[in-house]
Amino acid sequence: MTDTRFFKLVVFTNSLIPLILLLWDWAHKRVGANPLEFVTRTTGMLTLSFLVLTLAVTPLRKTFGINSLVKLRRMLGLFAFFYGSLHLLTYVWFDRSFKLLSVGQDIGRRPFILVGMTAFILMVPLAVTSTNKMVKRLGGKRWGKLHRIVYAAAIAGVIHFWMLVKSDVRLPITFGFVVLLLLAHRLVVKYSPTQRPSPSTGLFPRE
Amino acid sequence: MLIKKPEEFKSGEITDKKTYLNRRLFIRAAVLAGTATASTVLYRRLNPPPIQLDKGEKLTDIGKTPDAKALEQGFSVKEPQTPLADITNYNNFYEFDTSKGGVAYAAKGFVTRPWTVSVGGLVNKPATFDLDQLLQFQLEERIYRLRCVEGWSMVIPWIGFPLGKLLDKVEPNSQARYVAFETLYDPKRMPNQRTGVLDWPYVEGLRLDEAMHPLTILATGLYGETLPPQDGAPIRLVVPWKYGFKSIKSIVKITLVASEPPSTWNIQAPYEYGFYSNVNPNVPHPRWSQATERRIGEFGRRKTLLFNGYAEQVARLYEGMDLVKYF
Repeated sequence: MTDTRFFKLVVFTNSLIPLILLLWDWAHKRVGANPLEFVTRTTGMLTLSFLVLTLAVTPLRKTFGINSLVKLRRMLGLFAFFYGSLHLLTYVWFDRSFKLLSVGQDIGRRPFILVGMTAFILMVPLAVTSTNKMVKRLGGKRWGKLHRIVYAAAIAGVIHFWMLVKSDVRLPITFGFVVLLLLAHRLVVKYSPTQRPSPSTGLFPRE
Repeated sequence: MLIKKPEEFKSGEITDKKTYLNRRLFIRAAVLAGTATASTVLYRRLNPPPIQLDKGEKLTDIGKTPDAKALEQGFSVKEPQTPLADITNYNNFYEFDTSKGGVAYAAKGFVTRPWTVSVGGLVNKPATFDLDQLLQFQLEERIYRLRCVEGWSMVIPWIGFPLGKLLDKVEPNSQARYVAFETLYDPKRMPNQRTGVLDWPYVEGLRLDEAMHPLTILATGLYGETLPPQDGAPIRLVVPWKYGFKSIKSIVKITLVASEPPSTWNIQAPYEYGFYSNVNPNVPHPRWSQATERRIGEFGRRKTLLFNGYAEQVARLYEGMDLVKYF
């Protein structure tokens, strides 16, 4: 097994651990008084966490010069989408009992649902174009441009979280701060004259 | 770097391929196991499991209203009661923790003796009651629905006595029109008061006629035992037809006043939480509908009832009032 494959295995295993523990706790009735809210909240937090991890790849890679990190980025991004899908499913199922009409009404009534839905929809094209084939079809440059949508998805995700919290906004603020930091790093790199990104550090994974 | 040529090695120094691969495998296994453990620990810290309760004291001499009469007066409901474990591990009590699952842990060991409640303001006989004096009131069991503004609900068998009985003792004077309540402020005992998540101390208020209504009680226990700290020990308000946050916990001060007193969530977000905050499925919260609720323990959502199902008992208090304007 090559190192890359091994580290992918490490990321894959660790990314699944929260899901396994969540299912385990569910089976053992250790998900508290309101299991449905618990699952919704947990999958939501996981989505944001994986978005942050995905966004952290490029800054970490550039700061520490570990270029191979980029090979793990797609998996992290797909896990963000995976947990985001579960999060959406819990809402449509537990909260709306699969009544799509009521989902539509709810989007109109509750702005934070609208924002969350936007964040999810923004992730869909990214997940769809995540395969090597799609990268080739779009061409690296265009693919890279398209995938900048992830910035908007992460920001929308943070706002969604922020809006639903009643008064203790410390956690959403923390997420927001980290996302801003990761985005700011990109701006600094882009506009600092000494550290122009070389063309070889492209935005898409080369394998 | 010095690279030895193959002939410079004694054959015994060369790690044979099997050992090399084994070591590599071992390191990889360690990395995998190590990160997996770290992830597990991290997840567990973020999602702590429910905790075991400190045992409460048994409350005795609890009056019982005959069943039929209790149902008619709203003193009891014929709906399954929420398990004690859920009532004591799913709490909104920001003085201890802002996460509902974390309150029980943060409130463990909260000392409630000695405790006094001072009752004053526009009254003829202001008085300070200690806990034993408060427990002298004839305690009753009241099985009430509790509807949180967040859209979940429980059915809780409270032990307590009507607030009206306490107010009668201090004799509100003719100017008194509202009742203001205040929670303990003591950041040493209520650690989250060190943060600014709310404007401490927590305050709440009722109109005098709401306060005197027989459904409005001061609870000192639930499920036949003294209140656990996370549920508002040692004494809290319970107003079953209003959203849960109106039922202020761990009360130290009650003041009769002439005009509408401030209430904490109303200060925090005036457009979201009104002074009245009666449960009303027809008045949506700006960020969520109030038409339905999830009863703890149930999978689907059930319809929210006007005044939380106590319309028959309390609707007359609001006759002619615009419930949308006075939400």
